[in-house]
Amino acid sequence: MFEAIAFYLFAFLTISMFYITVTTSQALYALTALAAGMIFISAFFFILGADFLGAIQIVVYSGAVMALYAFGMMFFDTTRDVKEKSGNKYIVSGLSILAAILVVVIFAAPMVSTNITANYPIVEGIGNTQEVGMVLFTKYLIPFEVAAVMLLVAMIAGIVLAGKKMDLSLTLMSGEEIQHAMEEQNKKVLV
Amino acid sequence: MEIYLYLALFSPLAGSLFAALFGASPRTKIAGIVPSFLLFVSFVSSTVLLTHILSGGDIVQVEMMTWMATGDLYIPFGFVVDQVSVTMMMVVTVVSTVVHIYSIGYMDHDKGFNRFFSYLSAFVFSMMVLVMSDNFAGLFIGWEGVGLCSWLLIGFWYHKESATWAANEAFIMNRIADLGMLIGIFLVYWNTGTLQYAEAFAAMGDLDTEILTWMGIFLFIGAMGKSAQFPLHTWLADAMEGPTPVSALIHAATMVTAGVYLVVRANPLYDLIPHVGLFIASLGAFVALFAASMALVNRDMKRIIAYSTLSQLGYMFVAAGLGAYWVALFHLMAHAFFKALLFLGAGNVMHAMHDELDPFKMGGLKKAMKWTFIMMTLASVALAGIYPFAGFFSKDLILEVAMIEHHYIIYSVLLFTAGLTAFYSFRLVALIFHGEERYKLFGVHPHEAYKFMLIAMSPLLILAIIAGSFKMTYFEMVTAVLPATEYHVHSAVTYWIMTIGTQVFVILAIAFAYKKYANSSVQVPDGTSVMENRFCYKVLSNQYYIPYFFEEYLVKPYRELSTVFWKQVDLKVVDATVDGIAKAIYGTGEKTRGMQSGNLSTMLKWMVAGTVALLSLAVVFGLAVRYSGEIKTILSGLGVQ
Amino acid sequence: MEIGLNHYLVLSTILFAIGLVGVMRRKNLLLLFFATEILLNSVNIAFAAISHYYGDLTGQMFAFFVIAIAASEVAVGLGLLIVWHKRHGKIDLDQMSTMKG
Repeated sequence: MFEAIAFYLFAFLTISMFYITVTTSQALYALTALAAGMIFISAFFFILGADFLGAIQIVVYSGAVMALYAFGMMFFDTTRDVKEKSGNKYIVSGLSILAAILVVVIFAAPMVSTNITANYPIVEGIGNTQEVGMVLFTKYLIPFEVAAVMLLVAMIAGIVLAGKKMDLSLTLMSGEEIQHAMEEQNKKVLV
Repeated sequence: MEIYLYLALFSPLAGSLFAALFGASPRTKIAGIVPSFLLFVSFVSSTVLLTHILSGGDIVQVEMMTWMATGDLYIPFGFVVDQVSVTMMMVVTVVSTVVHIYSIGYMDHDKGFNRFFSYLSAFVFSMMVLVMSDNFAGLFIGWEGVGLCSWLLIGFWYHKESATWAANEAFIMNRIADLGMLIGIFLVYWNTGTLQYAEAFAAMGDLDTEILTWMGIFLFIGAMGKSAQFPLHTWLADAMEGPTPVSALIHAATMVTAGVYLVVRANPLYDLIPHVGLFIASLGAFVALFAASMALVNRDMKRIIAYSTLSQLGYMFVAAGLGAYWVALFHLMAHAFFKALLFLGAGNVMHAMHDELDPFKMGGLKKAMKWTFIMMTLASVALAGIYPFAGFFSKDLILEVAMIEHHYIIYSVLLFTAGLTAFYSFRLVALIFHGEERYKLFGVHPHEAYKFMLIAMSPLLILAIIAGSFKMTYFEMVTAVLPATEYHVHSAVTYWIMTIGTQVFVILAIAFAYKKYANSSVQVPDGTSVMENRFCYKVLSNQYYIPYFFEEYLVKPYRELSTVFWKQVDLKVVDATVDGIAKAIYGTGEKTRGMQSGNLSTMLKWMVAGTVALLSLAVVFGLAVRYSGEIKTILSGLGVQ
Repeated sequence: MEIGLNHYLVLSTILFAIGLVGVMRRKNLLLLFFATEILLNSVNIAFAAISHYYGDLTGQMFAFFVIAIAASEVAVGLGLLIVWHKRHGKIDLDQMSTMKG
């Protein structure tokens, strides 16, 4: 009973938060709503017994990602309205609803096979975090390492992209422009 | 002995390939000499084989390799040298060697010298395959090979439109006939299960007469095309567009006799169906008269000889149809010699007269071209069948066969044709070599051909004179495989009356020809003389209006039908479909170009639309799988399997 | 009232649809990123739910990797966004049409 109440409550909250995110014209509202939605989602993870995943969700999304967005927004003039002449609203909502119905049909169909067996069964008695650790560092060790490398690459990419001189594109500039830019750079170095 | 078989068979191929190496380079004598030499090798090998067979040796049969082996079908590349094929091999190699050497001189000034020898040797190779094969499939390969080479050689001067037209005509007519031939071969395989001559003929004895009749008819249709029998005869006269040595080799001595060879080879089949044989004989007699009558008035030297060939082929078919296969083969051999000689002589005349073909514009050439005159006269004598030349022995034999077999109509037709043959042959000789020197009007200075060309022709001359004396040797040899029916008129009196009567008739015809055409009053016809305006003259000189009939009632309706199909079906259905597909694709691209607006938002919308489409497919397939049992029930209820 | 796997899957689908709406109607590039985050999170819910109801940890593992990818995507995406903004001064989708065909 408690579980059902929690599910419906958080489902309602998540849906409303995300709805605000996609409909509001204020970027700041959207950001706030998104962060709230993320936290509410972590509630589902706790309900489902995936404690560690819930914790990660809060840390990564509400912490890191939202912070990144917040810093990113400082670069832009977010108060200025981007004109959202969103063409035909019926197409947008129609397509989305259709996609949703189709996915629901697929899920609801009695095709979810009966002979699925757990590869890594959840062991009762030990904590979720310990279990996750066991599986992550045995079977999923290599994907884990690859993900780590990917994050490193993404970090470096983020730093480089947001760094200086990235507003010039050598591929899009003509030869003279490149020449000019090079001279400017040299001047700065000399100064 | 096998080595000689292979030598005889493959030397011409080697010669052809050798000459082909020089195909694109300028004229070189070597490209003519080497193939001629290799043909001589082939001739010598054939002679060795002939002596082997004559001395009572075994038939040489080899299976070079397997060609097709699938299931019950087994066709090897097998070759046989027996009494019949060795005769043909001798004819082919002798005539082609002579023609090759002659051509070195004849084609001397032609740009396509090397190409010519390549084609000519390829022809000889195909002909050797045709006569030496021991099964119908190999025969068919050779049959098509000679057809191809004939096409190449008739259209040798391809820049002349008439030559390409004639080449195509010959090729297409032969294709029509070859379809019949192919059906005949299929019938043989279908009913006997083999294509080997020996096994197939052995199995034929047990078959229905009806099936055998169809086999015989279809195989004969093939023979009709290749041997230019009515109504597929028009190509032979038009084939004279090719170089004269080609006419001598292909369209007189060898290829056109392939039809006769086929009937002779299939003698066990035709023995079982005498009614088809009678039809062949009747058609042969008809063609003999029909062609001879067209030769009477023609004003083209080579066409006259071509009609004469046609007429003689008719004689051969009479003999073959009446079951006198060895007689047919004998006439084939004798005819090859003197007809090739006649053609080569005509080639000399053409050279001398700068490719003039109208004998009315010549006259009195015997002074300038003494040796050619002698050769052509003797060849004509042989053709007319005067004792003791070759034609007497072979042609009179056919007359006797017709007599003895009690086919008196055929006999009288052939006898009458013999007179016509003598007349038109000597009409030609008289017009070319006797009378006024009319060529002077046209400012031509004739000269005799090269010495070596004349020497090359001499073996044919000798053979044309003495071939008759081989009769008994030949008879003893070929009757080992052919039915050995001896044709003797029962009473000696009848025999002498027949022989002397024929001779007198022929000589009278010759005398009449000389009287009419060897005097000084012969003029170049200008279409005003009384004779030229007679109805029968017009009919004959227009070849009985048969080419006109073909053109008017076959070619034109076909062309119109094609035009209709082109405009209605090809343009409106086929092309329209293809264009429609292209236009649809192009139009789709044009319409959907808007999608690629570069606007990310639009693209994302399309992406979602695509996702929805894929999801729908997933649902549909999922449902189909889930309810497959029910769907099957419904479909089977509707009668769909 | 028992909450089953299908409840979670339907919730996940609804969130995914909301994400799709955002993807399609947002013209502000930053908000487009938000919409992608919604899409990823909706999938995570499905993974976690399946993991729970089948008693298998694989689903949770996938969710971890999805989070990792989302984090990298944000890092690189924001970097690009900043470069774009520096060069053009705006992040309006309708004005990005260099890929017009």
